Amino acid sequence: MFPITGTSALILAVIFGFAFGWLLHRGRVADYNTIVRQFLFKDFTVLKVMLTAIIVGGIGVFILVQLGYAKFHIKPADLLAITLGAGLFGIGMVLYGYCPGTALAAIGAGSVHAFVGAFGMILGGILYALSFDWVSQAILPVWAMGKVQLHQLIGVSAPVVFIGLGLLVIWFFVILERRSGETGNHAR
Amino acid sequence: MSTSAMHHAVPATATQINWGPYLAGAGIGVLSWIAFVVVNNPIGITTAISQISGGVASLAVGPEAVAANKYWAKNAFKLDYGTLFLIGTLLGGLASALAAGTWRLETVPEIWAERFGPSPIKRYAGAFIGGIIAMFGARLANGCTSGNGISGGLQLALGGWVFLAVMFLTGTITAFILFRPKAS
Repeated sequence: MFPITGTSALILAVIFGFAFGWLLHRGRVADYNTIVRQFLFKDFTVLKVMLTAIIVGGIGVFILVQLGYAKFHIKPADLLAITLGAGLFGIGMVLYGYCPGTALAAIGAGSVHAFVGAFGMILGGILYALSFDWVSQAILPVWAMGKVQLHQLIGVSAPVVFIGLGLLVIWFFVILERRSGETGNHAR
Repeated sequence: MSTSAMHHAVPATATQINWGPYLAGAGIGVLSWIAFVVVNNPIGITTAISQISGGVASLAVGPEAVAANKYWAKNAFKLDYGTLFLIGTLLGGLASALAAGTWRLETVPEIWAERFGPSPIKRYAGAFIGGIIAMFGARLANGCTSGNGISGGLQLALGGWVFLAVMFLTGTITAFILFRPKAS
């Protein structure tokens, strides 16, 4: 029965995208102020959303893979490209005020500057395609570690990583909520 | 300026639209389960944006020139799962804002206005340049906050976690330089 392909998958693409955009907006991360304030450590909404998604999503997907209902889609860890790319991405995300997904949800919610910045993203995509020949020779092969997962790297089982990560994240959230309770500084 | 107004883009209805970040995050996690099983496709955004870049470029230089590019040959523009997911994301933001009654045109967000003034042109220039840098970076890293950060992170992919750590580092440095927070 699964995975669904063809035309039905295209309809599901719109539905799943719709759910994603809805969740981003309801989580208040389709908002320029929320994103910039995260990077100024004045509002931790972005980290709360992302880390919760990673833990909840990760445990579920891991179990589904174990049961044979899903397959992992690990991207190769081309670490020089990822380090340089993520470095640029952080700079661009603060200047734009959105990441690509939250930008789309924000355009839907009426953000004119997110719409203008989307043309920047299209230009960025063009510039990357034009530099791809050079990038694929000079950058991508450097520190290319293959499709590695954290637990393989540290030599423990995946559940151990999820338990450790889960406890760490819960501890982080408890500290955040306690602090916001004391100061009233972090509006939820 | 009162501090409470600074916390919400739309103070009057902020509590209505706020499901809480944990609930929204958990929702994205559950959406990932469904997407992995039902369509065998993790959540991701920027591959489809580079397909659109190819579509736009073909308007300027013609489809042959675009097809000759190795990157666009791999990521050709078509209405496929990825590009339709983008359209869905935009519609989801629209519907959520309409349903919450918070839909409004925003030209200059308040944090930007406090630091750089009310000029929309200035803000558009910032957003445009930021968009170029973010997208180039996301393609170099082969994924953005969605494809690398969330989908990569939840699969415990090394690349995803390196991406998250580095983008938070440079993002923080950039924010502190750009917005130079005064004592607060």
